[in-house]
Amino acid sequence: MKRADDFQERRKHLANLTDAELEQRFWQLAEKIVEPMIDLAYKNTTPSIERSVLLRMGFSSIEAKAIVDGAVDRGLLGKGAGHLVYRLSRDKNLSIREAGLKLANGEMWDYVVEVFKGGER
Amino acid sequence: MELKQNEKLDIEYILKDLDKYRPRRRGWTWRKGAGEKRKIGKFEYYEMTENLKNSQPLPAAKYFDNIDPQPQPVITTEIASGRFEDDIRRMRMAAWHGADHIMVIRTAGQSHFDGLIEGTPQGVGGIPVTRKQVRAQRKALDLIEDEVGRPINYHSYVSGVAGPEIAVMFAEEGVNGAHQDPQYNVLYRNINMVRSFVDAASAKKVMAWADMAQIDGAHNANATAREAWKVMPELMVQHAINSIFSVKVGMKKENICLSTVPPTAPPAPCMRLDLPYAVALRELFKEYRMRAQMNTKYMESSTREATVTHVLNLLISELTSADIQSTITPDEGRNVPWHIYNIEAVDTAKQALAGMDGLKEMVEIKRDKGELADRVRELKERAVLFMEEILEVGGYFKAVEEGFFVDSGYYPERNGDGIARKIDGGVGAGTVVERDKDYMAPVTAVFGYNNVAQYDESAVDNPSKLIGGCTFEDPDKIIYIDELDENDNVNVRLEETKELRGTTLLKPEMEWAGDGVIFFTMFLPAEERVAEFAAIEIGKKLGLVDVEVIHKEIMQEAEGTRVEVKGKVPFTIDTSKLVIPPKPVILSDDEIRAEIEAHPMKIVAATVGEDEHSVGLREIIDIKHGGIEKYGIECHYLGTSVPVEKLVDAAIELNADAILASTIISHDDIHYKNMKKLHELCIEKGIRDRVMLVVGGTQVSNELAVASGVDAGFGRGTKGAHVATFLVQKRREMRNEN
Repeated sequence: MKRADDFQERRKHLANLTDAELEQRFWQLAEKIVEPMIDLAYKNTTPSIERSVLLRMGFSSIEAKAIVDGAVDRGLLGKGAGHLVYRLSRDKNLSIREAGLKLANGEMWDYVVEVFKGGER
Repeated sequence: MELKQNEKLDIEYILKDLDKYRPRRRGWTWRKGAGEKRKIGKFEYYEMTENLKNSQPLPAAKYFDNIDPQPQPVITTEIASGRFEDDIRRMRMAAWHGADHIMVIRTAGQSHFDGLIEGTPQGVGGIPVTRKQVRAQRKALDLIEDEVGRPINYHSYVSGVAGPEIAVMFAEEGVNGAHQDPQYNVLYRNINMVRSFVDAASAKKVMAWADMAQIDGAHNANATAREAWKVMPELMVQHAINSIFSVKVGMKKENICLSTVPPTAPPAPCMRLDLPYAVALRELFKEYRMRAQMNTKYMESSTREATVTHVLNLLISELTSADIQSTITPDEGRNVPWHIYNIEAVDTAKQALAGMDGLKEMVEIKRDKGELADRVRELKERAVLFMEEILEVGGYFKAVEEGFFVDSGYYPERNGDGIARKIDGGVGAGTVVERDKDYMAPVTAVFGYNNVAQYDESAVDNPSKLIGGCTFEDPDKIIYIDELDENDNVNVRLEETKELRGTTLLKPEMEWAGDGVIFFTMFLPAEERVAEFAAIEIGKKLGLVDVEVIHKEIMQEAEGTRVEVKGKVPFTIDTSKLVIPPKPVILSDDEIRAEIEAHPMKIVAATVGEDEHSVGLREIIDIKHGGIEKYGIECHYLGTSVPVEKLVDAAIELNADAILASTIISHDDIHYKNMKKLHELCIEKGIRDRVMLVVGGTQVSNELAVASGVDAGFGRGTKGAHVATFLVQKRREMRNEN
């Protein structure tokens, strides 16, 4: 878009604001802009977020990548990659690390798919 | 282990047992002692912080009892050579000069790398930021901060498509600060905007947990826009978006730092343009911190020009405020920064801020009326209007799609050249997944929906309870990867430079151990292009390889050009084979005094020739400057511009033991010519064998002075004690001969 500087025209509704009011308006607008993006971030996840969860659970970057790729391929990322590991560990009586390494090696996915695909969304 | 100031940092020690290293703390540290007056040396300072235990003061500090005042802002140095093992040594040098924020630049392309990089591969214009490199550098900085006596903040980047992972790794490894700004990814790295903001919230949550300082990316708009000063309204909008987004994720305002650059540079009237902007920004963002960056947009290859711009930037910091004072190396316009320029940049900040200490006690910004007041108001209004229009078109993502940002028009003016991105485009598009109702992540510092309650109601506020604690509570759970590439790693590189470590072999370096790079400046009486190619030829004839012109400046089109050239020396020097004259011994004050009491001494002194510079000689003589009078030496000072003949006649008349001649002017070697004349005149008058001839001056070398016939020459940095020691020892020698 091209537009000449129409500042004088545009600012009319701001002209009578005090400095404090102008600053207040600045921050109200900023909040309004970011609110939907905060909401978006609250409700969604990404491969990087899920790998960051697995790192914190004690997996290397390489293991985390393998597990997340496995979850993406099976459409299970929305459950949380760490969740898959946790659930497998709990149900099969494996340590967190053992369960994650199974998944990283491409094993025991059938069980994970069965648990989560059948479950409520 | 403890560093010894006269021993090199041992890289092998740093690399040893890295798998077991644990950082000693998390979080950012500000300088201590700000906001109180303090006495340093002979002066009272208003804005300096606690002194360092060990430091390298400014060159002129020797005139002021070697004080090294440390300004209030944390001072940054950006290190970016591509080899972390060499950067570690640079960090130590920078810390000694006063840097306490070490910012490590990432290698080109890392922001598009979907995951963590491991090992120690070499980088381009930065290092691949990996766990091993971060750990090694943090470990080295632990030693360095103990040595200088001040905590050092270690910093890199949480951006790109792997932001959350990098944030976690940084939190685990004790990184103290990071750049994080999703707008940077969107605008400059073309990373999908939805992915970028979703990732950013998670990354910021982790940074907040680790109490890291965050620096935003708004200054890039300034560096990218065609006319940088016109993006000022937008810069405030970008700062606001990232700041409030961070607050909503849970970051403390005092950890959120705005990366702000004075947008303009001379010859534009930059102070008048930049100062209202700096004031407006600090008012709008008074609850946040300012990271004052220096201008890079208008940097050319002249280090002098860059330094002047940067000093003006520092003036803005002083007149307004800076919590972190960033520094830009003055050579950034011509090469990847060299060791020496990191140090120069840190010194520029330290020097300027120390020099301007307390300026605001005497100088005030005219805030409430006149041009500045009008401009501040206008900038704020323009920023508000910018945000109003973002909301009008349907929000941030829509605004980016319509090319709102980095447009070269002064908003609301639009030139239609902004950076536009598509909501479904860019790196990582289509990878964002909605969290299901049973989504769960059993770790600490998760942002967003997390259904922990489905497993354990009592773990809702502490999700990692489900797994008995995550790496944030139990660092022993971290899986450390050493190396993945057997050819591209630090061990291979260190093997190549092995002969330069722990041996007597020496090679110059600017970036990397053994790179052999030197540079030199010359004036060539030729026009620019001829001068450039002649300079390269000169470099080659000097035996240098990879000769390149890194800077040229026209003095006058026909009369000539200043040229700066770099090249590599293809040899090493064996320091064990050097003939290095022993450092002169200084006798103790008591010994000199006893000698003079037993054998009184008389000298005549003057500046010779047409030379009016008397400060140096007065320092050597005057008792109040610690000069030789204090030992009881009888001094007859004849004044300035004294003819050599007159000086010799006075020596005869007074029966002086020595003549002290000072000569500052060195044009056409006049100083050495005068020495020769002095020597010959004394022979002619028959007194040379009983009078000592001592000369001094900033351009005097002892070797050349002695070759000119006098007994000793004293250069820059000479104190009365040096001259007195010489006089006492030389007279003993002469007595023994007699």
